[in-house]
Amino acid sequence: MGAVDAMGDSNVGAVSAARTLPARARRRQRRTPVTWARNGGLATLLLLLPTLLVFGAFSWYPIAQTVIMSLQSTNLVDAPTWVGLENFRTVLDDPLLWTAVKNTAYFAVLALIFGYPVPLIAAVLMSELRRYRGVYATLAYLPVVIPPVVAVLLWKTFYDASSTGVFNTTLGWAGLGPYPWLQSASTAMPSLVLEATWANAGATVIIYLAALTSVNTELYEAASVDGASLWSKVWNITLPQIRGVLLVTMILQIIGTAQVFLEPYLFTSGGPNNSTLTVLLLIYNYAFANSLGGDYGAAAALSLMLAAFLALFSLVYLRLTRSWSTE
Amino acid sequence: MKSAHRATTVVVAVASLLAACVAGASAKSVAGEATVTISVASLIPGSTPAAVKQFEAQVKQFEKANPTIKVKPVEYQWTGPTFTAKLAAGTLPTVFEVPFTDARALGDRRQLADLTREVKALPYYSKFNPVVLAEGTTSSGKIVALPKGAYAQALHYNRKLFTQAGLDPNKPPTTWAQVRAFAKQITEKTGKAGYVQMGKADNTAGWILTTVTYSLGGRMQAGVGANARATLDNPQTATALNLLKSMRWTDNSMGANFDYGWSDINQAFAAGNVGMYISGSDVYTNLVQASNVDPSIYGVTTIPVAKNKTAGVLGGGTLVAVRPDASAAARAAAVRWIDFYYLRPLVTKPQAIRNAKTLVAGKQPVGVPALPIFNRAQYLLANTWIKPYINVPQEQMKPFTSRIFDQRLVPEPAVATQAVYHSLDTVVQAVLTDRNANIPQLLQQANSTAQDLMRRAT
Repeated sequence: MGAVDAMGDSNVGAVSAARTLPARARRRQRRTPVTWARNGGLATLLLLLPTLLVFGAFSWYPIAQTVIMSLQSTNLVDAPTWVGLENFRTVLDDPLLWTAVKNTAYFAVLALIFGYPVPLIAAVLMSELRRYRGVYATLAYLPVVIPPVVAVLLWKTFYDASSTGVFNTTLGWAGLGPYPWLQSASTAMPSLVLEATWANAGATVIIYLAALTSVNTELYEAASVDGASLWSKVWNITLPQIRGVLLVTMILQIIGTAQVFLEPYLFTSGGPNNSTLTVLLLIYNYAFANSLGGDYGAAAALSLMLAAFLALFSLVYLRLTRSWSTE
Repeated sequence: MKSAHRATTVVVAVASLLAACVAGASAKSVAGEATVTISVASLIPGSTPAAVKQFEAQVKQFEKANPTIKVKPVEYQWTGPTFTAKLAAGTLPTVFEVPFTDARALGDRRQLADLTREVKALPYYSKFNPVVLAEGTTSSGKIVALPKGAYAQALHYNRKLFTQAGLDPNKPPTTWAQVRAFAKQITEKTGKAGYVQMGKADNTAGWILTTVTYSLGGRMQAGVGANARATLDNPQTATALNLLKSMRWTDNSMGANFDYGWSDINQAFAAGNVGMYISGSDVYTNLVQASNVDPSIYGVTTIPVAKNKTAGVLGGGTLVAVRPDASAAARAAAVRWIDFYYLRPLVTKPQAIRNAKTLVAGKQPVGVPALPIFNRAQYLLANTWIKPYINVPQEQMKPFTSRIFDQRLVPEPAVATQAVYHSLDTVVQAVLTDRNANIPQLLQQANSTAQDLMRRAT
């Protein structure tokens, strides 16, 4: 009790003192390290320290190292040498860079066309259901729970290009195929997008379902009274009401697809004939494809270029959509 | 409030002190141990329980003979990309394997431990085949890796599919025209892929294309060292690719999957889905250990070689090396393990017999065709020691074993080998997946890429 009383007294004292002091004096008092420590600054810092250390060691230090490495030539054994912007020139002169950029853009566009609306439609349909909504949400989320490598290996067997492959057998019943799936430059990328959509849609469905619960039901009731159709309700109420979430998921998806690696790496290693070589896979190849030690400088340079592009893109995107998302 | 803050500060400080004490104690106890622990490359991931048990039995034998050394087996498979990642991250085991193509360059860059003193102390040092030992010796004469085994590329075939297709399994193809005709017949009669070729962009596609080029008399490089020149766009490589194109698009005898790597082509073969494919002569070990092949279906023969002066069989091999940061004690222990596990069974009779017995007890293959890493006399002598234990279908391997020593063995391209193979990967993929692939243009592009990579490597 005594401690509580003392704490209460000191708080009251501090508040009353603050009330009586002029604004400038209060600012000066806050700046003093002793006051800062007395007010709990030291404990706050100590509690923050583990997080700062973890972030510093595992996020900021590697980022700083990447910047340094992009200006150096190193094999991680001998002492690195400074090469200026040579690594950036190497990357820009590489004809595979433009193949990778084109492929990544193709993946992003396909993922936007097919992967973006699927979770939204699924979430809207699920929200309309009165029974077993949880079961459907669980089923939609299940692919996210499966480890990505396992999912890819599973789909790799589905994509078996022979007529006895799982997909080809199934489509064969309808007189379709067999299709080459991953074995052809023209069908490999859409095949990767199909799997990626299946694997990732669940998480977005859950976000949309949560967003849909925040839409005021009275709006739907009023629309029903006015005789609005389901499509009209979705277009005029649902979508505008969750537009903030839609914009965030879109930018997250674009950033995610620009960094696609797992699918092309595990399914095709960038083939056939570089048709699924993405920017991140190219970075990986710079660093690791040569068994005698890769070009880590070029890998770091391209990583920075990608990061800069995505930061710039996000800024422009947020600026352009700011008015729409806050209207 | 103050007392609460103080309490928090004290808790954090005490926790930090405790953590520091625990860390200090564990470091001290590790340093105080008398035994040395080394991690060693064991079997490839996915090996059968019998193979793992057999390996563990050998570890126990070694630890019994060397009570101060503790061996920690680590699953290991060399592939270009994963090796570099492990090398950069410092996660390679103490003892690991590298192909002939890489050891010298890695050693020159001080990425492998110098084993010269320990290796020269081995009693059988003088018996090493000098050409093979040179693969693990740096330009300054330091021995950085010891040979594990040498192979010649071979044509492996499924005897059961040969029989089903009306072909004589004792008369495998001896020319590339026959390979094509046999492949077509197998596909027509059995519905299985008559001939498949590695097509993965992990350097294996380029490796096999180089093998076929060599067999036709072509080479991927001319000149040596800094003067080496890429010659990927040679006429023999174009011929090899045109052969592939005909089998893929005219005969349709290569099945539907064209992205096989080293492991999955073995699995497809063991599953009975492949008529013929090219891989190292010693691949039977993996077919048993990782893919449970039915020995009765297995057949192997030499690569068909054209009748010209430069045509030959691509030969390569695997070396065993040690991490450069291994302590002197760990390095000595590592060489003891290499001596026990890899080399002694080839040079001392009791060890050879004990090793063979362990392998047979673990249902692992004994007598897989390989090339000698010591002199040929030693190789033949070692084979007589283990004769009673040989459990591989030797008769079915005769088409290879009876001819290989008469053939010209050609080493892999010397400069930036894996990078050169990687340049060829996309060419093979293009031919296998695009009916209209422009072979001369693809080869020209690959040659220019390879030339650039070779320039950077030298």
